[in-house]
Amino acid sequence: MDQIKNVLEVEKLSVVYQDRSLFGKRTSFQALTDVSFEVRRGEILGLVGESGCGKSTLSKAILGMLDTAEVSGEIRHFTPRPQMVFQDPFGSLNPSKTVGWILEEPLRVYGKYDAPERKRCVLDMLERVGLERSYAKSRPGELSGGQRQRVSIAAALIRRPRFIIADEPVSALDVTIQAQILDLLWDLHRELNLSYLFISHDLNVVYSICDRVMVMDKGRIIEQGPIEEVYDHPREEYTRKLLNAVQF
Amino acid sequence: MINTKDRNFRIGAGSTLVMLLIILIGLIWTPYDPNAMNASEKMAAPGLRHPLGTDNFGRDIFSRVVQGAGATFLIALCSVAIGLLVGLLVGGLTGYYGGWIDEILMRLNDSITAFPSLLLALVLIAVFHTGKYNIILALGIIFIPTFARIVRMEVARQKSLDYVANAKLMGVKSMRILFVHIMPNILPVLLSTVAIGFNNAVLAEASMSYLGLGVQPPDPSLGRMLNEAQAYLSRAPWYALSVGLAIILLVLGFGLLSEGLGGEDRA
Repeated sequence: MDQIKNVLEVEKLSVVYQDRSLFGKRTSFQALTDVSFEVRRGEILGLVGESGCGKSTLSKAILGMLDTAEVSGEIRHFTPRPQMVFQDPFGSLNPSKTVGWILEEPLRVYGKYDAPERKRCVLDMLERVGLERSYAKSRPGELSGGQRQRVSIAAALIRRPRFIIADEPVSALDVTIQAQILDLLWDLHRELNLSYLFISHDLNVVYSICDRVMVMDKGRIIEQGPIEEVYDHPREEYTRKLLNAVQF
Repeated sequence: MINTKDRNFRIGAGSTLVMLLIILIGLIWTPYDPNAMNASEKMAAPGLRHPLGTDNFGRDIFSRVVQGAGATFLIALCSVAIGLLVGLLVGGLTGYYGGWIDEILMRLNDSITAFPSLLLALVLIAVFHTGKYNIILALGIIFIPTFARIVRMEVARQKSLDYVANAKLMGVKSMRILFVHIMPNILPVLLSTVAIGFNNAVLAEASMSYLGLGVQPPDPSLGRMLNEAQAYLSRAPWYALSVGLAIILLVLGFGLLSEGLGGEDRA
């Protein structure tokens, strides 16, 4: 496990959405074109771009969550069970279940742990993401946005993946809560030696947490490199435009 | 606005509870044997001995209304249960899986809806023959499409939410996602549909038995009794009135209840 260099390699990934209308007329939309990159072990790789540029499509394609689209190219995972933290902490947690149930479900489905072991795992994980144990009995509707995002992070981590895709994990949160969640993601990254693909439209957020960054425009990765290099000496016009739009 | 809904809900719940209580007591005890005839007391007007009078055979109308309401209630409950259960299954499978399952089951569904419901019930009764259990089956089949449609729509909507994507990612099997993860979230929406469906079932049972296709004599049911009362409308108006009143109480109670529930959903 620890010999691997990369946790993910993507080569010439293209995604085309096909839509067939009532009279058989086909419309297609090329969401991703020839995307190639790798996520190295223990790094946080940022992915920035405007909304609609294909960031979320990329994350879904990597995890095989695109049922209706045409996916070509190669995706190689080097860690088992990569997980995802979703943008909207309101939609990503089942509203009718308790936090404890939600966190226990992946273990229940896995089937290798008995009930007391699962309970212990859940309580440990709650503490790890900075929530009190008593939250196991609450439902998502009773929690704040930040608390819910902590629960989604806990749910993603409960089966100890080595690689996490975080798709705009802090975009739906207040600025102060954003900082807390980013701190949590950073701590977990250090403690558990996690690798992230961190997707965001917010260049400040990406700058604060990522080691390397990729810039995406219209379904293509137009620039990638170490974060300081890209931010200080952008090679592409589009990257410059993005950076100029933000105050540092 | 919320006050009216709240009030409706309370009145509905109250009326339903009272009816339910009367029906439950009627299962164990009625003032008279509902089917015992008494030649000397035919068409007695409401009074101390018979609170709602007697019918053309001298049977106590109050006892018969209580038992008849029970029969009607049971038929409505069972047929809604059949419609709901099959509807959950059909709607769940079509909404979640789509594709050819969706095409086949929903076209079947459409073909049921294509017939006027009472006519279809008549056809089904012609096939199954008359009787209490056959009417439950016939009405149940008629209720399937409504439930299936609502469940299908809701499941399809829930399916696109991230918590389902998340569950898939964690390796949860699709059947488990559908029945354990999604289903509990659509039940609140179904609640008011169930109440409305129950109302329709009470009325449908009354119509069917009124036409002589449901509960068979001498057993009482509200529709059956309405049919019998019709012949004596001028001589014994209390007969038809008390039966009609029982139907109104049942239907009104559930109607207000469903309105209150629907209001809660929207709030």
